[in-house]
Amino acid sequence: MKSEAIVSGTTQIETRSVGKKFGKFHALRDISLGVSEGEFLSLLGPSGSGKTTLLTLLGGYEPVTSGQLLLEGQDMTTWSANQRGFGMVFQGYALFPHLTVAENIAFPLKVQKRSKAQIADRVTHMVEMVGLDGHINKKPKALSGGQQQRVALARALAYEPKVLLLDEPFSALDKNLRGQMQEELRRLHRELGTTFVFVTHDQEEALALSSRVAIFNQGELQQIGTPAEVYERPANRFTAEFLGDINILSLAGLSSAQIELPTNADAFDTLAIRPEHMRLATGTDTNQLPATMRDRVYLGSKSRLLLETRAGEELMLYFDNGPGVPPPDPGTELRVAWNTGDSFAI
Amino acid sequence: MRAFLFLICPVLLFLGVSYLLPFLGIVQLSFTDPDPGLTQYSRVLTEDLPTGVIWRTLRLCVMVTAVSVSCAYVITFLWVRGSPLVRSITELCIMIPFWISVLSRAFGWLSMLSNRGLLNTWLQDMGLIDSAIQMTRNEFAVVVGMSHYLIPFAVFPLATAMRNVDERVLTAADGMGASRLRIFWQIFLPMTSSGILGATLLVFVFSIGFYVTPALLGGGQSVLVAELIYLWIFQIPQWGMAAAMSVVLMLGVGGILYVLMRRYGEMAR
Ligand SMILES: Nc1ncnc2c1ncn2[C@@H]1O[C@H](COP(=O)(O)OP(=O)(O)OP(=O)(O)O)[C@@H](O)[C@H]1O
Ligand SMILES: [Mg+2]
Repeated sequence: MKSEAIVSGTTQIETRSVGKKFGKFHALRDISLGVSEGEFLSLLGPSGSGKTTLLTLLGGYEPVTSGQLLLEGQDMTTWSANQRGFGMVFQGYALFPHLTVAENIAFPLKVQKRSKAQIADRVTHMVEMVGLDGHINKKPKALSGGQQQRVALARALAYEPKVLLLDEPFSALDKNLRGQMQEELRRLHRELGTTFVFVTHDQEEALALSSRVAIFNQGELQQIGTPAEVYERPANRFTAEFLGDINILSLAGLSSAQIELPTNADAFDTLAIRPEHMRLATGTDTNQLPATMRDRVYLGSKSRLLLETRAGEELMLYFDNGPGVPPPDPGTELRVAWNTGDSFAI
Repeated sequence: MRAFLFLICPVLLFLGVSYLLPFLGIVQLSFTDPDPGLTQYSRVLTEDLPTGVIWRTLRLCVMVTAVSVSCAYVITFLWVRGSPLVRSITELCIMIPFWISVLSRAFGWLSMLSNRGLLNTWLQDMGLIDSAIQMTRNEFAVVVGMSHYLIPFAVFPLATAMRNVDERVLTAADGMGASRLRIFWQIFLPMTSSGILGATLLVFVFSIGFYVTPALLGGGQSVLVAELIYLWIFQIPQWGMAAAMSVVLMLGVGGILYVLMRRYGEMAR
């Protein structure tokens, strides 16, 4: 299923049925989406789904095979990367290894033939902005992963591009540093107002950072929307499963007597409910389903319960380890419940 | 580790018997024949003939190194970054010379460059020149012949360096609007500088000890150190002088190697 772009604000970049083939291999098929000015769009998908490919098409580093690219309403399909003038942070950073931090940042400015004073000014400003003061005369090899990351950011932002493309900038960083860099990226985005198009295969990262998320699988756009939209209203099973744990129930196995179906259920054959929206039934709930406790994982403040329905489908839900009742033991027969509004048919 | 050291003992023994002992003999000769002491060394380093030969050798070897490494850079560039067809053609051109002996190659250049050789005949037939141009028995021929032999050796360190260049770095520079010329001079060339240094080192050290090519193509007109040592051993026997010259040559090459290797180590880091 293909969902149309939901665009708020002025559309800055638009792709119209863009396709890309490498030989006979379709890396991207029929991608239509819009990027609004100043937004933070994440391209999310498993490895090989075409995220990098789309980014290189946007940046002008590879020609499209079919379709059209627009920048502020103008056809930019055939423009070179330089004519588009977007900033790009490459997977693996692609810093100039023989140049110092300052020279790396100054390179694009020198290409633009700016004056010496202007370049020096700009470099100092960028170095401060990404917090690299005191490292400006080091070469990339002498820097840590996070510092190299900052140089790449500073270099890409040095000439104040309208759009910044980032290809998995944090994939090489450890978890702590990742969190810290994500915060800084959000801050930069807020301060600069530049449009960010950000590639990642980390669902949490995409949900946490972006104003909208575009989800890809096997070269096709699955869905595009705000983090809440794609997480709570996934358009299809792939999106639902890719964005986190989910309970999937086959509609055929459910007796409609006990279950109230979401409005769009007629056209689909499965029902999906996120684990955090499912609970143990209390008797008054509308939607109840009998299940058997299979296993229990203690997680501190919560326990994760694994259950099985009569039809043999696995369910997962979280149980608060409060002062009240303890979680049920494996083997117990019980009922699970959810609100109709939290379930969706896919 | 230590337990396995004895495994390399045969090699050490072989090297000791076949290289170290004879070398010590040469060192001894240089200090004793015919005069005891440093006489041979002071003669090698002050008399006109040996100092002239040393300077000529250095000058020629610097030229040969410059020519070889520059040609090799272009060839390697085609080999590593050319289209598939260009690649296979270049690869053949690099490999074929390896299968031909240094002697045959020197004769090949002789028949190409001599007064009644291919090149002069063609030029005369086409009416471009009236009489043959002297292209052998001089330094030009020596530089051509030696460079031709040494280019393939320079290719390999250069190829390693060029293959290590991250394509994305070049793409990044291109995306910033840098011209091809700028990308080459300011990005690609510096990124391959370790390969250039490695190739320079290899070619220079090889070229200093060259004997066959300069002897044949130079025609006795531009004698190099190796040929002079040969002369002092077999033609006008002065073994002490030959020995002293050998030691000077070895120390010279060793010194250059040491300096360049340290520089190489710094760059690799
Ligand atoms: N230059 C190329 N030639 C041939 N096939 C390519 C080329 N570039 C990408 N592909 C193929 O296109 C598909 C999508 O690649 P892409 O790099 O866009 O994936 P990705 O989503 O960025 O994955 P990852 O998360 O691993 O970086 C892959 O199957 C890849 O093999
Ligand atoms: Mg990628």
